[in-house]
Amino acid sequence: MHLKPFALSALQLATSGGRRYHLWMGSLTLLMLVGAYAYSVQLRYGLGVTGMNDHVSWGLYISNFTFLVGLAAAAMMLVLPAYILHDVDFSRAVLMAEAVAVAALVMCLAFVVVDIGNPLSGWHLIPGIGYLNWPRSLLAWDVLVLNGYLLLNLAIPFYILYSRFSGRQPSKKRYLPWMYVAVMWAVSIHLVTAFLLAGLPARPFWNTALLGPRFLASAFTAGPAFVILLLGLIRKETTYVISEGAFSKLALITTVAAQINLVMLGSELFYKFYSPTHHGINARYLFFGLDGHNALVPWIWTAIALNTVATVALMIHPIRRSHRWLMMACAVLFVGIWVEKGIGLVVPGFVPSPLGEIVEYTPSLVELGVTAGVWALGMFVLTVLVRVALPIELGEVRSPYIQEERVERIVRPRGTRPQRRDDRPVRTR
Amino acid sequence: MSAERPQDTPNGAAESTVLGKRVDRRRALSVLIGGMAAAAGAASACSPLSAMTDEEKEAKRLAWREYIKGNYRTMTEAERAETIARLEHLAKVKQGTDVTIQSTGAQPGVVFGYAFNISKCQGFRSCVEACINENNLDRRAATQYIRIFEMEDGVIDLDHADATFQHEVPAEGHFYLGTQCFQCADPPCVKVCPVGATWQEPDGITVVDYDWCIGCRYCMAACPYWARRFNWSAPEVPAAEVNPNQHYLGNRARKVGVVEKCTFCIHRTRQGRLPACVEACPTGARVFGNLLDPKSEIRWVLANKRVFRLRRI
Repeated sequence: MHLKPFALSALQLATSGGRRYHLWMGSLTLLMLVGAYAYSVQLRYGLGVTGMNDHVSWGLYISNFTFLVGLAAAAMMLVLPAYILHDVDFSRAVLMAEAVAVAALVMCLAFVVVDIGNPLSGWHLIPGIGYLNWPRSLLAWDVLVLNGYLLLNLAIPFYILYSRFSGRQPSKKRYLPWMYVAVMWAVSIHLVTAFLLAGLPARPFWNTALLGPRFLASAFTAGPAFVILLLGLIRKETTYVISEGAFSKLALITTVAAQINLVMLGSELFYKFYSPTHHGINARYLFFGLDGHNALVPWIWTAIALNTVATVALMIHPIRRSHRWLMMACAVLFVGIWVEKGIGLVVPGFVPSPLGEIVEYTPSLVELGVTAGVWALGMFVLTVLVRVALPIELGEVRSPYIQEERVERIVRPRGTRPQRRDDRPVRTR
Repeated sequence: MSAERPQDTPNGAAESTVLGKRVDRRRALSVLIGGMAAAAGAASACSPLSAMTDEEKEAKRLAWREYIKGNYRTMTEAERAETIARLEHLAKVKQGTDVTIQSTGAQPGVVFGYAFNISKCQGFRSCVEACINENNLDRRAATQYIRIFEMEDGVIDLDHADATFQHEVPAEGHFYLGTQCFQCADPPCVKVCPVGATWQEPDGITVVDYDWCIGCRYCMAACPYWARRFNWSAPEVPAAEVNPNQHYLGNRARKVGVVEKCTFCIHRTRQGRLPACVEACPTGARVFGNLLDPKSEIRWVLANKRVFRLRRI
């Protein structure tokens, strides 16, 4: 067994790095501490310290949650071309994508926990000792699919990395079926989260058949955009080489998804505004303001502008192929989707209320602190996962207990040509 | 306007069979899980057990028993009596109030309904005040179950209604419409609750188990009548103003982080009395009664007056 050296190597890898690495991890830790303090205030005084109220009963936390479920789902759907279509270029990107999925899920679960009024009663959700209202409640579905997805995304990379660490080739027969399951599962987590909102006729803003597909389209936009940014950062900050092919394929996926996303946004706007009905009143509040209440108007138009500009930019080949511009377009797109699908999706569902009352929402400092802390936690988890996964995947770090001859066969001496293997990434220095 | 009429065969019975599981297993496991949480709680309490008085220790023990108890629907009669005794004792220790908490069940052959007469209501909001006092609503957050909307004569348009009016009533050229929980026949709030902490009783009243609610507020998003309220901070009711006549599923003390709602004054109506809002209304705009009783006032109103349902979906 190589479990102990695996854990030790992982710990060693995660805690070692250059000055910039430590500075980055230190800043994240600081932010997490700020978040922990803010959360302790919230625990002591209740959710009243947030900007939420009986009218806008979900705010920044659930907004981030819906956005991050998309990020988690999209990351895994990138697996499809890599492992199933045997696209070698892609496999390193996929390992990163799985790390993104895990980090996004950690953030999702954290955002749900901080949003719950009575977190100590969380055990009420556990079937057997508590009671999970499944299959009636979509929230019960979400609890199941999110946790199942987290397990899958932890188990598959662990199996692959642990095999490599122990000097074995991971067996496709073992992990490929789970990969298929995980890809289907990725679609399901995002659809379930969309249905959670779309299933409420009391909230006509969400109660639309397009919400599920829109969720998928925006996830497929923001997810690969984030992975591109991550790979760009890895390429800039480390000596690892990411193939051009991976970048161009991810950029293409992002571009097509961004286009579909805009088309769906257009249909939604047409449906709501060409023949306005009472059910479009929340959309009117979001896009144009209602009786002088227009807190979200600048946000949504900024998001639409960002999305449109970035999508158009990505459609121009020279821009998409230039790394600088690609990074910039992806960052813009990521922010645009975050606004559109976070605050811009959740909050207007509550304004005006079903009885027509308008109460606006502004997040409080405590809420912002907790949110920053959860994001820092996610980035921390992502950094650790990437930091540990890359050297193991590349064969730089191995179990000390592997027999000598096997090590020689697997670890290629520096400066030699890499041996091509169908599911192993190629590393050149 | 008539109330939403609950189904003649309410799904309360079906619900309890869904929840009906072996209590012993659940209880054993809950002790296990609870133990882990308690260890964390004890660590943060920072007050050594030895420094506590016997009374404090007893209160802590009771609070712990309260924490690990199950959903009200899965409790046996004995368990219900135990938790009620604990809650009454805790009310005495915490606030010095002598409260009586009932667990009166739904009466056979009864489904409650109510109607609101928009021609009679003058917007006095006596009902709102009576509801606050009767149901021990949080005074600090000024929680209210009932909302009275003032509208211009001619059309029911909630989008242009005013629920926060502060002037002499009745205002010229205006009429008033009250909303609260209508106890829907197929409540969307019940369907969405992930832990089954809210359900419809056989007499049509939708209730919340405040000690089972985890505070996710999904039910608030699902309610088409904006009838649910959340305890954003610890609710406060001065000891002198506490209504001691309480029901486990009704007006007993709530805690921070859970949802609550109108229960048609379950502690009164299950004993044959009228809800406080109906009793307080000086104009007789509110009609309440048993929909299954052909001789009830509500049945007479439904049969002889022009009525409509206030639909929001």
